[in-house]
Amino acid sequence: MDLTLKIWRQKDASSKGQMVDYKVTEISEHMSFLEMMDVLNEQLVNSGEEPVAFDHDCREGICGMCSMYINGEAHGPDRGVTTCQLHMRMFKDGDTITIEPFRAAAFPVIKDLVVDRMAFERIQQAGGYISVNTSGNTQDANSLPISKHAADEAMDAATCIGCGACVATCKNSSAMLFVGAKVSQYALLPQGQVEAIDRVQNMVAQMDLEGFGNCTNTGACEVECPKGISLDNIARMNRELMKANI
Amino acid sequence: MTLNSRVPKGPIKDKWTDYKNKIDLVNPANKRHIDVIVVGTGLAGGSAAATLAELGYNVKAFAYQDSPRRAHSIAAQGGINAAKNYQGDGDSTYRLFYDTVKGGDYRSREANVYRLAEVSANIIDQCVAQGVPFARDYGGLLDNRSFGGVLVSRTFYAKGQTGQQLLLGAYSAMNRQIARGKIEMFNRHEMLDVVKVDGKARGIIARNLITGEIERHSAHAVVIASGGYGNVFFLSTNAMGSNVSAGWKIHKKGAFFANPCYTQIHPTCIPRSGDYQSKLTLMSESLRNDGRIWVPKKMEDVMAIREGRKKPTDLSEEERDYYLERRYPAFGNLVPRDVASRAAKERCDAGYGVNATGEAVYLDFASAIDRYGKEQAKIQNIKNASDVKIYELGQAIIEAKYGNLFQMYEKIVDENPYKTPMMIYPAVHYTMGGVWVDYNLMTTVPGLYCIGEANFSDHGANRLGASALMQGLADGYFVLPYTIGDYLSDDIRTGKIATDTAEFDEAEKDVKERLDFFINNKGENSVDYYHKKLGKIMWEKCGMSRNEKGLKEAMVEIKALREDFWKNVSVPGGLEEMNPELEKAGRVADFIELGELFAKDALSREESCGGHFREESAETDGPQKGEAKRNDKDFAFVSGWEFKGEPADAVLHKEELEFNDIELKQRSYK
Repeated sequence: MDLTLKIWRQKDASSKGQMVDYKVTEISEHMSFLEMMDVLNEQLVNSGEEPVAFDHDCREGICGMCSMYINGEAHGPDRGVTTCQLHMRMFKDGDTITIEPFRAAAFPVIKDLVVDRMAFERIQQAGGYISVNTSGNTQDANSLPISKHAADEAMDAATCIGCGACVATCKNSSAMLFVGAKVSQYALLPQGQVEAIDRVQNMVAQMDLEGFGNCTNTGACEVECPKGISLDNIARMNRELMKANI
Repeated sequence: MTLNSRVPKGPIKDKWTDYKNKIDLVNPANKRHIDVIVVGTGLAGGSAAATLAELGYNVKAFAYQDSPRRAHSIAAQGGINAAKNYQGDGDSTYRLFYDTVKGGDYRSREANVYRLAEVSANIIDQCVAQGVPFARDYGGLLDNRSFGGVLVSRTFYAKGQTGQQLLLGAYSAMNRQIARGKIEMFNRHEMLDVVKVDGKARGIIARNLITGEIERHSAHAVVIASGGYGNVFFLSTNAMGSNVSAGWKIHKKGAFFANPCYTQIHPTCIPRSGDYQSKLTLMSESLRNDGRIWVPKKMEDVMAIREGRKKPTDLSEEERDYYLERRYPAFGNLVPRDVASRAAKERCDAGYGVNATGEAVYLDFASAIDRYGKEQAKIQNIKNASDVKIYELGQAIIEAKYGNLFQMYEKIVDENPYKTPMMIYPAVHYTMGGVWVDYNLMTTVPGLYCIGEANFSDHGANRLGASALMQGLADGYFVLPYTIGDYLSDDIRTGKIATDTAEFDEAEKDVKERLDFFINNKGENSVDYYHKKLGKIMWEKCGMSRNEKGLKEAMVEIKALREDFWKNVSVPGGLEEMNPELEKAGRVADFIELGELFAKDALSREESCGGHFREESAETDGPQKGEAKRNDKDFAFVSGWEFKGEPADAVLHKEELEFNDIELKQRSYK
């Protein structure tokens, strides 16, 4: 198929950006979206132009590095996938595709489609852990039975890949699904109880400090989340915060 | 120089304990005056960085991604082995040790592997304490599954995302230390060289991938944990950015590179579909617990399927060749990876491949769905359940076990694997070879360590499933923190290492010259052009089966490719900015050099072992006919290569392997 691409180009964080049009031809429907971008970049390199910078790494939907905003949707029109898992069969010959970086005040653009997600790192550093040193004498793993239900629910929360689609898609640029997922993982497990109060307070405080907006329950984040992280995690985080503040 | 493995004396089961009792320690007050650089933040690097920081050292950690959480360990699916014997099925430290040495086709160092098995149980305890949500049974205890090449269930897992959960565990431990200021994290930084002072590793030169700035970082010891080099094949299951550069740079500065030809070709990956393809996707080995692998028995059915006249589901049981069950009745579909891969290649080479390219076999879940469905009908007390109902019940079980993998397959291939068998084919997945290290995980350069997939030590010539995660975390959490302390105990009076010295000047100058060259060359061909060409040579001549003629040709072709690369490569953009093409150029330049050494190593190893299959060395008759033939008399050694200016001029140093606790035998999975 032949396509027109409208892509955000921006030299660096301090430069002004703009949309630029490109054409690609003979794109196979079996290609992934990023393979289509590879074709464009190879074309640009061969004609002496600078290729489009975009983040990507594992190309199997788990590292959370890729981050495009395609036709007005984080990770594009398919559900339950990251951009690297999006396939060109979702598009048709002659389509015009708009490709932007994830946009949020807390995610400044570094170059073209690459954004800075260090705010997520700082939130995790504020409390996204259980304080246990490596020693080799922690108690036997099976001395602490955990109900399958709780373990499975914790796992569902823990599958967050930290891509930032929730922030990019939210009209308030809220990071509550991301933070809620981590808070929930530990809140659901007995190991997480000791530090539960400090954790939720510190992580939420850092989230506010980074300039993410609040949640107004539109649910867009849950729809766009490539890992299907549920809104329940936001509710659980709010309950945890309320408990902590009482 | 002779290779000294520094394996402690004494009975194998006491070596590690005795060693830990006798090493020198650094007192807590002195640790805060000692700096350690860790390059790479996957399972090995992440766990090492966190643990060293907990101990009190000042750690500087480097990742080329924007967060340690994105290292490619994140993509490991199936699980992690540990000799817990929670299933009471006869597992033990010795058995895990034995399986790993046997699985590695007797080409690993016994003492290292025993230690790995010994600390494996601690890993599970540590991860559970960190809040890793491993799968559990209804009693709340940890669940296990089986992996290839073993007869016990010792694999712990978190759905099909075990690597993700373990890495996020190590990442959380790192975050705690970053918050305390004990780890200084350098995201979006790439190491471009190691700096040696008086023969010891004392720092690195790194490039800030956002600004392009070249930085000097010093430390008392440097740890390389940069993963494997599977991307030398261009197409592999590795991440796009996975590279050999850190390992290769230290090789050029004196670290020996061991067994580069030991590559794992994983049997269950999604087949390639076209030339545009950028990477291959793995389908976890855990699927072989329930999936049966087959091709049609009759060539006319193969043709009918390729031409779309028949569907795989049209073929009756009698018309299918479950070739692994046929050839290896004892292990069946759960033979080790190298065996399963070669068996798939054998069938496809004979013309039985089931897709248009002729490079695919079926992985079929129909009988598992039926078996689980009947079991569920019984459990739920459903009398005379219809076939549809049984299918529905069975599908639900398969979905609970492998749902994310099935979804991934459907997204890529656009076929529903619950209804029609998956198509799979082997692909490059893991590299057992790597930087040579001694028992302390130190390379041949003092103060320079190498851990995780980047080193060569524990998997011999073939790695068993679910052992990579085990080794990465064993090295980082439980081994390196001891062994590096013994070395650093001599550095308590050294003080901060200065970076304004001639050694740093020179290393920085070399790095800058090379980057300048790339930007100014303005050649004809893109970096990918060369990477793809290299990959093609590697796959065709150094892939699943190798012979003398092909390997000699590969060496000549790779050398010619290297010369062309340095004349005609084109890298757009500038130095002082984010420039992904420039990053790739450096990595591909190193891959091309490694490729040549790889072929040389494969050529010199005139035996078949594990993932290394030499066509000249196969059994010619008897029950093992066609199987790989190892040669213990002449090749029971580790090949440690010393760099001498050109990859082809590398000098071989042998570390003879001694087997005192395991008898050397031909591997049989029949």
